[in-house]
Amino acid sequence: MGAGIALVCARAGFRTLCYDTQEAGLAAARKRAARFFDKSVERGKMTAEERDAALANLVDTTDLGALAEADLVIEAIFENLDVKRALFAKLDAVCGPQTIFASNTSTLSITEIASGCGREDRVVGMHFCLPAELMKLIEMSRGINTSDAAFAAAWAFTLAAGQKPVETQDKPGFILNALLVPFNNDVIRAIEAGVATPADIDKAIKTGLGYKMGPCELLDLIGLDTQIRLCEAFYPVTLDPRASAPPLLRRMVAAGRLGRKSGRGFYDYEQQ
Amino acid sequence: MHDYSIRQNGPSRSFPEGDAFLTGASEDADIVIHLGGSGGRAPGDPAKTAILVELDTECLGVHTGEDGGREGSNVLGFARYRNGNDAPTNLIELVRQPASDPAAIETAIALFEAAGFAVVVCADQPGRIIDRLVRPKYNAALRFLDEGLASAEAMDMTCRMGLGYPDGPIERVERGGLARHHDVSKAIFEMTGHLSYMPARRAVVAKTRAGAREDGQ
Repeated sequence: MGAGIALVCARAGFRTLCYDTQEAGLAAARKRAARFFDKSVERGKMTAEERDAALANLVDTTDLGALAEADLVIEAIFENLDVKRALFAKLDAVCGPQTIFASNTSTLSITEIASGCGREDRVVGMHFCLPAELMKLIEMSRGINTSDAAFAAAWAFTLAAGQKPVETQDKPGFILNALLVPFNNDVIRAIEAGVATPADIDKAIKTGLGYKMGPCELLDLIGLDTQIRLCEAFYPVTLDPRASAPPLLRRMVAAGRLGRKSGRGFYDYEQQ
Repeated sequence: MHDYSIRQNGPSRSFPEGDAFLTGASEDADIVIHLGGSGGRAPGDPAKTAILVELDTECLGVHTGEDGGREGSNVLGFARYRNGNDAPTNLIELVRQPASDPAAIETAIALFEAAGFAVVVCADQPGRIIDRLVRPKYNAALRFLDEGLASAEAMDMTCRMGLGYPDGPIERVERGGLARHHDVSKAIFEMTGHLSYMPARRAVVAKTRAGAREDGQ
């Protein structure tokens, strides 16, 4: 997801240092950036000059020390509290005092990520939606020790990047996942209870509520294993029964039905 | 096109007065549609192809009786989904019992589809499909609002922009009517006992105020 966030920043005119531990990861992200911006030109979303400028704004590095000059560091590593905390502690030793740290976490507490990093007052939550380069929404949250100045500066950055920030408290799942993860679990429980088929549930939700995608289609796209991981992040913190992984979800994952990525989930993609 | 006759037993949320579907009814047909419930009478008649009972928040079993999981006949339930006081949508939730007559189900689907509706089939469970799924979400959103997670506007915008929904949970439940949400949610809570259906504080407030207004009339 970091690659998509980098596109947003570079497109908005910010010099964007893309850090990865692996050269291969950076190379793949660079190819993706070129493809995305080329398509944007084809579709008339940007000029060729703007594309060239955006690409020139992307600077790849495998040296964490290169981030010393950054005003804002947005981390988008995998959802592990210890790993994120260790990264911010390392960055604190590298970056200047003006640098604000932002986490793209969708499930973890900003306060806990910031804890012990040495600049708890300059850490904010900045949750982009997938795919970041297309979705404008950003959920912004402050940890208990986040200063008003740091939050305001991060908020201003998102606006300058052409995004739409919304403020939410530092609670599990913020807004989007706090509403979506239990809802999707309710859908799975309804299927397990024999209320209706996945196809009829999707049809009902799309026709009755006007959603573009049915919840079973969405779960297959997200990945059922990912849904379990989200449940395992939320339930121990909230103890909300709706956030616990339904038995059917666990059985489907055990059976290898992960959704689109495995060819079969609630729907069979191998037959299509 | 199937012929159908209509028995108007009470106000209909699915087909309010003036709805085009009402004009297509015949005097005496093989498919009988009871609107506004069954009028307190057992609607069974094996001579008919299908008998369709419009449901509100109650289960079909209230009208047909139940038989240890073996219940089912040519009597089916249905409701045209609408968000509270919003206009009815194009969706018909068709309610079946364990031993419902497959031919009656097929006939009902064909009837409604021929009239231009999208039809889904569901078991005779509280809330059918949509209310079963959305009411806990609306209760959660109302609770989040009370707890200060985010403003109503932020929650609604997040759902519209982050999930592509046409509207957010707060604007939707308020548009449909918080008192109506209270009634639907409470009915499901009483049948399931799941706390997620217990009406949120704001819905209770709205219902209390609506009751006070009615008492004052």
